[in-house]
Amino acid sequence: MLLRDRRNDMTWKAAYAHHTAAGMLLAIAAASNANKSAIRDIYMTAATGDTRQRPEPADARHEVVLSATGVSKIYRTGEVTVHALKDVSLELYAGELLVLLGASGSGKSTLLNILGGLDVVSSGQVQYRGKRLDTLDSDGLTEYRREHVGFVFQFYNLIPSLTARENVALVTDIAVRPMSPHEALELVGLKERLDHFPAQLSGGEQQRVAIARAVAKRPDVLLCDEPTGALDAETGKLVLSVLDRVNRETGTTTAIITHNAAIGGLGDTVVRMSSGEIVERRTNDVRASLDDITW
Amino acid sequence: MTSLMRKLSRELWQLRGQMLSIALVVATGIMTVVTMRGSYETLVDAQQAYYRDMRFADVWASVKRAPEPLRREIEAMPGVAAVDTRVSYYATLDLEGLDAPAQGHFISLPEHGRPTVNDIRLRSGRYIAPGTSDEVILSENFAHERGLRPGNSIRAVINGRARDLDIVGIAISPEYTYAVPPGSLYPDDKRFGILWMSREVLGPAYDMDGAFNEVMLRLSPDANEDAVIARLDGLLDRYGGLGAYPRAEQPSHLILQGELDQNRVMGTAIPAVFLGVAAFLLNLVLGRLIRTQRGEIAVLKAFGYRDREVGLHYLLFALAAVVAGAILGSFAGVWLGQAYVNLYGKYFDFPNLQYQLSLPLLIAAIGVSLVAAIAGALAAVRHAIRLPPAEAMRPEAPARFHAGWLERTGLTAWLPSAGRMILRNLERKPIQSLLSSLGVSFSVAILVIGLFMFDGVKLMMDLQFRVIQREDLMLTFDEPLDAAVIDDLRHLKGVTRVEAFRAVPARLIAGQRDREVSINGMEPDGALRRIVAASGRVHPLQLEGVVLSELLAKKLHVTTGDSLLIEVLEGRRNKRTVEVVGVVEDFLGMSAYMNRFALQRLVGGPKMVSGGYLSVATDARRALEQELKNLPAVAGVASPASMLESFEKQLAESLFVAVGFLLAFASVIAVGVIYNGARISLAERGRELASLRVMGFRRSETVVLLLGEQAVITLLAIPIGWLLGYGLAIAVASSLQTETYRIPFVISPATYLISAGIALAAAIASGAIVKRRVDRLDLIAVLKTRE
Repeated sequence: MLLRDRRNDMTWKAAYAHHTAAGMLLAIAAASNANKSAIRDIYMTAATGDTRQRPEPADARHEVVLSATGVSKIYRTGEVTVHALKDVSLELYAGELLVLLGASGSGKSTLLNILGGLDVVSSGQVQYRGKRLDTLDSDGLTEYRREHVGFVFQFYNLIPSLTARENVALVTDIAVRPMSPHEALELVGLKERLDHFPAQLSGGEQQRVAIARAVAKRPDVLLCDEPTGALDAETGKLVLSVLDRVNRETGTTTAIITHNAAIGGLGDTVVRMSSGEIVERRTNDVRASLDDITW
Repeated sequence: MTSLMRKLSRELWQLRGQMLSIALVVATGIMTVVTMRGSYETLVDAQQAYYRDMRFADVWASVKRAPEPLRREIEAMPGVAAVDTRVSYYATLDLEGLDAPAQGHFISLPEHGRPTVNDIRLRSGRYIAPGTSDEVILSENFAHERGLRPGNSIRAVINGRARDLDIVGIAISPEYTYAVPPGSLYPDDKRFGILWMSREVLGPAYDMDGAFNEVMLRLSPDANEDAVIARLDGLLDRYGGLGAYPRAEQPSHLILQGELDQNRVMGTAIPAVFLGVAAFLLNLVLGRLIRTQRGEIAVLKAFGYRDREVGLHYLLFALAAVVAGAILGSFAGVWLGQAYVNLYGKYFDFPNLQYQLSLPLLIAAIGVSLVAAIAGALAAVRHAIRLPPAEAMRPEAPARFHAGWLERTGLTAWLPSAGRMILRNLERKPIQSLLSSLGVSFSVAILVIGLFMFDGVKLMMDLQFRVIQREDLMLTFDEPLDAAVIDDLRHLKGVTRVEAFRAVPARLIAGQRDREVSINGMEPDGALRRIVAASGRVHPLQLEGVVLSELLAKKLHVTTGDSLLIEVLEGRRNKRTVEVVGVVEDFLGMSAYMNRFALQRLVGGPKMVSGGYLSVATDARRALEQELKNLPAVAGVASPASMLESFEKQLAESLFVAVGFLLAFASVIAVGVIYNGARISLAERGRELASLRVMGFRRSETVVLLLGEQAVITLLAIPIGWLLGYGLAIAVASSLQTETYRIPFVISPATYLISAGIALAAAIASGAIVKRRVDRLDLIAVLKTRE
């Protein structure tokens, strides 16, 4: 069904050759991997991605979705004061895929949490489509997350007592215009494992359920904190390919945190952080393909 | 069903053991409310209706002999709504197959119409017919015990003449819901019954034509009871009034009210304990659940679940336990209440005496349970609500340990490392450990308090029937007889010893205070009856002066050495000042004792006795009893041994039922606390235990580590429970200080042992269930899980 829809979708035009290569790589990986059917799914869907083009409505492309201006964050624990963020400014454009690089403790998670409305600033401004987030109380932030944000975490954070489908439904239950859990899981290539509990899924599968859960509500912003951090390289690539494809196919503004510099090439924009400051910012004219990335 | 509800239902199922144990605690609480308070309400309603229908009196007075026209004067007193008079006497009943003769309380009924006050309710047969001379209506309990029915006949010795009476009806009366024989404190339905008979027959038999010896009053709503009693005493004084008393002192009403009140108190106190324990357990279990699910809570919040949605989700765990408990408790409570009310149904005649579950009561009980559960859960749930979503994403910091105060004292240096681990775990969460101990100690205390009642009653009865009443038979005469009768008794075959006694109604006056009692005049060197204190010490009877029960001395505000004015309420009605020569701590009634001869001098007139205590040779006993039955002047023959026997049988039966309930109550609490405690320890420390197992520790060694904590909690709980039970027992003992009896404060070693044993057994059973889980610990899986 997904395949047919995509073929009929005439807004997606250009082909990306490297997607075929990614598909091939995954197919090879599949030969040595226990989760053959899952890999095959990804291969199939990744391969069909060839016929698609990323969305590029000219105006939307430059619309600022999220912005942080002069944001600082100070944690005080007992007598120790930690400056997690120091005067950080950042803009996230519609449909963009931002990769946030940095060593652990560099402040990238804090920044992501602030952008996602999980944490609040000590000073500075945060705006979502021109609306101030830093002045919202916790209820206001909850509504912001509920309506606009999807999260993917390093440790998946699935509810163990719920099946894959139910974990996704947990979010679609409270969303306004969600896709069906089935659809979301098909998007990440897990339609065969709808009724499995987290304990019956591999790490990569669990992370893909987490991604399905995050995208099922059709969020405006998808924030991923070290989504591959707990996975081996092959599985990590699989997960990244899913995120990449979701970004291309749905136009969801996406931010991915990683300490793995190699992943930087995947993004439209790459930001490097160190000691609570942005130390480097660059734009990739062409996003690298997954098979160019090694770690 | 939303995914969150699905999560709830799956996790409830996963936690079913713990949830069930909490639901049982809640259920027990609700059950006690529904049973105790529910039947209290039902029974009080029935009691009130019964009293109203039977026109139950507000005031009673006995008098030697008053002329019937006096009734007019009594009716004219302010505050009096209705008056009735009657004739009543005790007489011996001649029944087959009884060791000791039975006694009947004969009460007159009007031949035409029904009594204006204190009517009876027929259960079978009919009312007496006018103009017949030998018709009698029997009290139901006695008839039931003796297997007597309308159509049967019964032989009684009325004023010295044996008469065969035709039983025409079986009835009950609120005056004799509990029929207590004279001189006793306990109903004895086998040997004591009420016989209602026509006044036209009973009056002449006792030379009471146109006269009465009992008067009953119903008061108008605005009446001043004390004033009425004082005026009535004044009116009856010259006819030999024995003192009027209000309904509050009517023996049957007193016992019934005491029992009903007990239901009310128990129906409040017991549920309070159970709901407290339930709240604590919910706090414990939900606290642990929420700590385990920090990450899940974070995800819910990150995806925009609102605080109240998250909070409600966890509160629903508590609500599920309460709802399950409420359903279970309501059904069990109604069922038990039904059985309980049926038990009382024997005493009340209501064709439809049905346990009525009052909806407001049930709603209140469930409401209070909900509030308690939410109160317990809220602290834990608030933690979940307050958890900032970003922080919740990080794993909980490892628990901090340090050497506690106990270790710093150096006393624990000898402990093996396992012991130290147990100790540190307890010291790390001292409040939780203490509350757990307190919870288990409640179950110990419940048993102590329940069993103590039996200890007390048993001691009281032992003292009464084995130490104080050492006679084989006690004779009471219709009226005081010339003292020469003692010699006659002495010459009866089989009688080895006779001690006479004289009972004289009197008013003891000390300043503003006065009290009507019967002064018991005893043989100065008596061996069959002595004055024995609670401690077992025998009080010697002095030549002069009066010895008082401690309670009586307290009521009169006198003590040894003080003087009392004694006003005799019979014969010449002498008044004289007498010294209090002793105060004795006893359990039963309020007594005043004097030397028989000193009492005789006080009363004046010819030397008289009211009865005698007999020591009888065993082989001659049956023949003697036959002979006594036929003696005209004998109103009653009582045998302490048979009284004790019937009492002990009854005690054993109620002990059996009570212990069963106490056991269940105590187990529900002990298992609830210990099982949940052990499960939570296992959840918190599964990884630690698995690590130890990987390092080569044996199963038994890891089990010791896990259950050691619960063992310490249980062992600590036992002395706390004893102390708690001891304190509560003192409170109960002092609250049960009535004029008829005082439950002595004794707790037998068996009570301590049983209460501790049951707590231990519950702990061991809970431990065994959790041990099975430790045995099944999947080492690899546990080690793989992320902290």
